Amino acid sequence: MSSPLKPLPAWADVALIPLINVTAAFIISGFVVLAIGENPLEAVQILITGALGDLDGIGFTLYYATSFIFTGLAVAICFHAGLFNIGVEGQAYIAGLGATLAALNLGFLPGYSLAFAAILAAALFGAAFAAIPGYLQAYRDSHIVITTIMFNYIASAIMGYLLVDVLRVPGQMNAETAPFRDSGRVPQVHEIMSALGFHWPVTPFNLSFLLALAAALVVWLLIWRTRLGYEIRTVGANSTAAIYGGISPARITVVTTLLSGALAGGMAVNVILGEEHRLILEYTAGFGFVGIAVALMGRAHPVGIILAAILFGVLYQGGAELAFEKPKISRDMIVVIQGLVVLFAGALEHMFRRPVATLLARRTAQPPI
Amino acid sequence: MTTEAARAPPAIELIGIDKSFGPVHANNNVNLVVERGVIHGIVGENGAGKSTLMSILYGFYEADAGEIRVNGEPVRIRSAREAISHGIGMVHQHFMLVPPLSVLENVMLGAEGGPLLAKGASAIRKRLAELGKEYGLEVDPDAIVGELSVGLQQRVEILKALVRGAEILVLDEPTAVLTPAEADQLFDMLRVLKGQNKTIVFITHKLREIMSLTDRVSVMRRGEMVATFETANTSPPELADAMVGRKVILKIDKGPPHPGRVALEARNLVVRDDRGVVRVDGVSFVLREGEILGVAGVAGNGQSELLEALAGIRPLSGGEILVDGQPLPPAEHNPHAERLIGIGHVPEDRHRVGLVMPFEACESAMLGFHYERAYGKGVLFDRRAIIADADHKMEAFDVRPRAPLLKTANFSGGNQQKLVLAREIERNPKILLVGQPTRGVDIGAIEFIHKRIVAQRDAGKAVLLVSVELDEIFALSDRIIVLCGGRVTGERKPEETNAQDLGLLMAGVSERAA
Repeated sequence: MSSPLKPLPAWADVALIPLINVTAAFIISGFVVLAIGENPLEAVQILITGALGDLDGIGFTLYYATSFIFTGLAVAICFHAGLFNIGVEGQAYIAGLGATLAALNLGFLPGYSLAFAAILAAALFGAAFAAIPGYLQAYRDSHIVITTIMFNYIASAIMGYLLVDVLRVPGQMNAETAPFRDSGRVPQVHEIMSALGFHWPVTPFNLSFLLALAAALVVWLLIWRTRLGYEIRTVGANSTAAIYGGISPARITVVTTLLSGALAGGMAVNVILGEEHRLILEYTAGFGFVGIAVALMGRAHPVGIILAAILFGVLYQGGAELAFEKPKISRDMIVVIQGLVVLFAGALEHMFRRPVATLLARRTAQPPI
Repeated sequence: MTTEAARAPPAIELIGIDKSFGPVHANNNVNLVVERGVIHGIVGENGAGKSTLMSILYGFYEADAGEIRVNGEPVRIRSAREAISHGIGMVHQHFMLVPPLSVLENVMLGAEGGPLLAKGASAIRKRLAELGKEYGLEVDPDAIVGELSVGLQQRVEILKALVRGAEILVLDEPTAVLTPAEADQLFDMLRVLKGQNKTIVFITHKLREIMSLTDRVSVMRRGEMVATFETANTSPPELADAMVGRKVILKIDKGPPHPGRVALEARNLVVRDDRGVVRVDGVSFVLREGEILGVAGVAGNGQSELLEALAGIRPLSGGEILVDGQPLPPAEHNPHAERLIGIGHVPEDRHRVGLVMPFEACESAMLGFHYERAYGKGVLFDRRAIIADADHKMEAFDVRPRAPLLKTANFSGGNQQKLVLAREIERNPKILLVGQPTRGVDIGAIEFIHKRIVAQRDAGKAVLLVSVELDEIFALSDRIIVLCGGRVTGERKPEETNAQDLGLLMAGVSERAA
């Protein structure tokens, strides 16, 4: 048996370990790039310039990051209750349906209240779709990991059917809905900037980013400053103590999955209301799954999630540039890096923990010379 | 016994076995000699270190220090495979069987004898038939294990060990899951095995089984092997005494009780554990204001389940609870509602139940009361109020260090316990349920905690004290009831009884029988 680990100082736990994990993921990715026959350093340079080198790149980076903040928060809030919600992908997809139905059918609403109604609908649809696995976990003992995986397929099948057979504009070849009117859209940053007289390149970067930051703040307050958050953390940390404290783990499970689904709906706000302005097939494009990596890397803390989401935004935007510049490196390279980050930040989270703890312990134990 | 057998080395010798898990010293310099061809009992309370010791013998854990000898030969046992190669077979409390597979397939598991099953299967089928005849252990080899009764499943476990050539059988609490009739069958089976010169190590905390089955018995207490007796030369009270032990507790000053109205009454309570086994079987008592009612008993005789049922954590399978003379409606039989009507509960296990270890002390100090407006009137918590409240509780109960923001896990056991007591007592409950208030707590804190509990009684509170420490029961209780096998075997006043008398009741020798 291994000896128990000394607790790490907080700074090492929050900053150093994630940094080491990400660096390890990048080093291995570097070898993959090398194996393809490209120069890794050059690749990194292209990636970073592409993502952060100009306003255009930054706009795209933050647009992606917005989706990742929402999906990361959705996964993280479930982590706090000891639940592993793998269904954020499907929940965000169904949330897109809610946003679309509202934006297309509530046109009588005055001004931007249509957009707000659509945002609300996204959250409601996401929550409702998450509630089913939540209920099954809480009251029927069906493991949420299994049910949410299956619900992703159900979401995909429902949406495929609806988009092809029900919502598609007649005569239209693409499986997509009619575009929304302007009042049902979330304004993009370049529109606002040009209205104010500033120049900003046309990017999908929209005001959902502010909503994402607000959601991060609300999640932080909820988890650490409210009774509900206290109950969620108690259930996650020690469900026996929760029962002793008069908290119902089943109720908390349902409530937490509802909140998680609503947060997943934020991705629909960013992509459907903020950029596409219509519902398209498979719009979630795996961002819900990336949320797992974001939540793991961000250690389920809203600040960590924002940072991790921006990192993944950089990877997505910079990766696209890289694939454009270096045809040998395809966009799948990003999937490789993403997988490695999940591997190091999630599965192998403790790999560097012991050496770092030993190193720090040795350093502090050394007598002063 | 022939002279040859007398000269034979013991089947098992454990010499100076030591094993710690972090700060917990599970086995402390344990010595044990088990002679060949006997049934050797090992008794001790839950957590005394019996299972750890047997896990070391079976290679689940490796001892930190000490030596194991099998038939006089020093051996190293690092896995179950090595244990079985030395002829040691184990029957676990929770069966290690695969329910959807047949008996034959279960027995074969790990002894298939090659990639193709047919050859091994026919050999083992033959062996099963032989063993069945030899020991009277017949089981249909093609029956599905999941469909067998618990008693037969246990028989399959024993067969698994015998097929692998076990000469020494270790049974860990084998009767915990059995009905009395099945237990008797098991005992008959074990006697037959003993007749065939097999050695049996039998772990239990039930003294009745020790007396009726074993040849010798060793007693463990808090990780140490405290005594070994010839079963014929000992008695249940002597064993109970050895199990519970004497612990020096400062006698605290306490005046005579002034019992008032009945605050809490239990009528024929029946409570089951998580596996559905009846643990509390028709328990009735009354608890008055201004008195401490001690519930004594060897650990594992239903006290824990009784306490949890009273606190609303565990559902009742029968009977009813009355508070102030009124039956507690089922809708209020939960921890939240009971707190609201003034029932405080200090749980037996502060790590698993009473506290949330990763939480700040101030967060643990409001568990169960976190809904109260004092901790924040609106949506958000009032952190200042929470910290101030925790600081006040920590001062009142001398919790050290007085650091409301420190992680709960970083406090010592005694200070964690004081934090739980502070939380429950500072709410001024009219009924206080207390379980093992001083388990794993140093002497100084014990005295402090005892004084606080007596102070509650003197303030007119009704206190129910569950403890496996007899001295604690004697020091605090105004009345004592004794539980054995989930039933009340007697009620005493501390001044009218003594350890021997209680020991008899704890051993299940009820008043009428005595």
